[in-house]
Amino acid sequence: MRHLYESQRAMRNMRRAAMQRGVVAILDVGTSKIACLVLRFDGPEQFRSSEGVGRMAGQSSFRVIGAATTRSRGVRFGEVDAMPETERAIRTAVQSAQNMARVRVDHVIACLSGARPRSYGLDGQVELHGGVVGEPDLGRVLAACEIPDIGHDREVLHAQPVNFSLDHRSGLADPRGQVGGRLAADLHLLSVDAPPLEALLYCIKRCDLEVAGLASSAYVSGMASLVEDEQELGAACIDMGGGSTGISVFMRRHMIYADSVRMGGDHVTGDIAMGLRVPMTVAERIKTMKGGVQATGIDDRERIELGGDSGDWDKDRRTVTRAELIGIMRPRVEEILEEVRARLDAAGFDQMPSQSVVLTGGGSQIPGIDGLAARILGQQVRLGRPLRVQGLPQATTGPAFSAAVGLSLFAASPQDECWDFEIPLERTAARSLRRAAKWFRDNW
Amino acid sequence: MRALGFVLRRAGGGVHDPAPSRWHYRWQRLMLTPMFRVALRVGLPMVLVAGAGALWLGQEANRSLVLRQWADLRAAIEARPEFTVTGMQVTGASPALVAATETALELTFPVSSWELDLAALRAKVADLSAVRDVRMAIQPDGTLGISIDERRPVALWRHGESLRLVDEDGAMTGLIESRIDRADLPLIAGDGAREHIDEALALFAAARPISDRVRGLVRMGERRWDMVLDRELRILLPEAAPVTALERVLAWQAAEGVLDRDVVAVDMREAQRPTIRVSQTAMTLMTNARSAQGAGG
Repeated sequence: MRHLYESQRAMRNMRRAAMQRGVVAILDVGTSKIACLVLRFDGPEQFRSSEGVGRMAGQSSFRVIGAATTRSRGVRFGEVDAMPETERAIRTAVQSAQNMARVRVDHVIACLSGARPRSYGLDGQVELHGGVVGEPDLGRVLAACEIPDIGHDREVLHAQPVNFSLDHRSGLADPRGQVGGRLAADLHLLSVDAPPLEALLYCIKRCDLEVAGLASSAYVSGMASLVEDEQELGAACIDMGGGSTGISVFMRRHMIYADSVRMGGDHVTGDIAMGLRVPMTVAERIKTMKGGVQATGIDDRERIELGGDSGDWDKDRRTVTRAELIGIMRPRVEEILEEVRARLDAAGFDQMPSQSVVLTGGGSQIPGIDGLAARILGQQVRLGRPLRVQGLPQATTGPAFSAAVGLSLFAASPQDECWDFEIPLERTAARSLRRAAKWFRDNW
Repeated sequence: MRALGFVLRRAGGGVHDPAPSRWHYRWQRLMLTPMFRVALRVGLPMVLVAGAGALWLGQEANRSLVLRQWADLRAAIEARPEFTVTGMQVTGASPALVAATETALELTFPVSSWELDLAALRAKVADLSAVRDVRMAIQPDGTLGISIDERRPVALWRHGESLRLVDEDGAMTGLIESRIDRADLPLIAGDGAREHIDEALALFAAARPISDRVRGLVRMGERRWDMVLDRELRILLPEAAPVTALERVLAWQAAEGVLDRDVVAVDMREAQRPTIRVSQTAMTLMTNARSAQGAGG
C-alpha cells in the first residue's frame, strides 16, 4: 500500500507538472483502436456563470489541439498482448496527434480497459481528537480502512472515498469543518492485474512518454457519457469496446462499482468471420456497415456481397442476407449483455434506487442494440455519447471515444483519490508493526 | 497462381507498416521541441557559416589574401586626398627651433593622416628643451599645424666649460659656443644659480645704472649672490634682501663713486657693517702715504 501510495502520488505530481506546462496527451489503448488526444490547458475556465454555463466537469478548462486514431495492434481483451506491436501502434497515434497539435507532448494519461478489474468496498473509522474534522483526520480515516487481500500480482488502480459519515449522519460529501466524535469513510477500491498494467506502462515508456495518470476505462467512459443527474441518482455505464465490455456503476457522483466482461465487438466480428468464412477485415466491414441485432422482414431480402479474391468464383461471389448476419451477431451480443446483467446483479444493481443504464463504446453503435439491451438490462436504457469538449474533431465525437473524452475530463478535474490525502506516517508504521506481530503469531 | 502470388506479395513485406520507426518517432518529437527548432533554425546556419569560414581561413594562402585585400583597401582609403597631410606649419618658434622640430619629427611629406600619431609626435616635440608647451592639429588645408610656446632664454649660465641658455623658470633652452653669441643676456654662474633665476634677474634690473660694468652674478655656496663687475670687483650680497643691499651700494657709488676706486670687494653680507676690501696696491700706497704723513708730521 505504501509503495503504491508513493507511486500514485508521484503520478499525481507529474499530472500537476504537466498541467503547469499546459500540454498533456490522452491515450486510450483499446482492443480495436488506439486514440490519442493532445490537450492544451489554458488556465482557468473561460466561461463565466453569467454566460449561462455552469461549472461543468472541468471540460471548459482545456482544448483538444490534436487527435489521432489508429487501428490497434497487439491488444487482446484490452490488455497488451504483443508489446512491440502495441508500442508501434501507440507511436503511430501519438505521432500523428503531435503533428496535428504541432507540439511535443511528454506526459500522457492512459486508461486500461481489461486486466480484470475488481471492486472492493472498504470502510474505516477513527475517533476525532479535536471534535472538528480537519484535513489530517481525512487522511487518518482513509488510512484506517483495512485493505483486503486483493490477491497476488494485483495493483490498486483507484481508491476513492465515496462517502463520509460523522457519528450518525451519513452521506457527507465533505465532512471538513464539521463537528463530531467519530468519523467513518467508505472507500471504493478498484484493483487490476499487475502484469497487463505493467505491460501497458512499459509500452508507453518505450515511446519516451511519462505516465501522468492511470484510470480505468469503465470509470472514465462513465464520467464522459453519464449526464449529471444520472451520476447523482445512480446509473450504470456499459462501455462496449472491442475486446472487453466495461461496466461502471455511479451513484452520488462517485463510482461505486466497476467490472469488465472479457467479450466485445471483436468477438462479434470473429463470429461473423467464422460463420460466413470471410476474413476478419471483411467481417468487420460487414458488421459496421450492415450489422444489426433486430431482424425485420426486409432483412430477408437484403443481400450482402461477401466478396473476396480467393480465385474461386463460387466462393468470391457469395452473398448472405442481412437476416443471416443478424442471426450470427445477435446471440453474441445477447451473451455479452447477459454477462453484463449477471455482473450487475452480483453487484446488487437491482437494489439501486435508479437503475438507468447507458450504453456507450463502439459496440453500442449496432442498430437496434438499445431495444435488445432494454430486454436484458431493464427498461431505462439509453445510448450515451460522450460529452462535447472544445476542439474535438467531428470524427472523434462518437460513442467509441467516450473513454478518451472521459480521460480528458479525468485529466482536467480528477476526483479525490486516497493518495491525494496525507496519510500520517505513524499510522503506517503502526500497521507494519502490527503486521510484524501477525507474522510472529502465524509462524511461532 | 494469381491468388498465391498475391498472398505472397502481401506477406513479403509489400504491406506498408504505418507505424513510424522508433528513430523516426524520436526525430519527429525532437523536431517538435521548441528549443531544438530554434537551434536548428538559428544555431545550425551560424555553426555552418562559422565552420566554413574557419575551414577557408585555415589555408595560409587564403588568410594572406584576406590580409592583403584588407591592407589594400585600407591603403586606398588612407591615400585619399582628404586624408593627405602635405606639410607642416610651425608657429611661435624661432628658426633654430623650427629646424630642431622638423628634425625631431622625422616626417616625410606627403603622409596620410591615419599614419600620424599626434600624441607621440607631440611628445617628441615637447621633449625638446626649448619647448615649454606645444599644440598639434591637422588643419583643414591638409597641413600639420604645430603651435609651439617656446622658452625664451633670459640669462646665460656658465656651467663648467659650457655656456647654457636659461629661461625664467630655470630650464635650459640650449647651448652656445661663446659669450659673444648672446651678449645681450646677463651671465650667471655657480651651483644653484639656475633655481634662483628670478632673483638674479631682479638684481640685474637693479644694477642697470652700472650695467656696462656688470660681468655677471655668481651664486656662492648655493645660498647668496656675488655680483662680479669689471676689474674683478665683487659685490658680496647678503642672503636676505640682496636687491636692497645692491641698491645701497649703488647709492654709495652715486654719492661717493666707491666702485670707481681701487676696491677689490664690497662686502654687504652684514647690513650693519658693510666692508670694503681695497686692493693690495692701494693698500701699499695708503700705508706709504700714511707713514710719509706720519714722518712729515
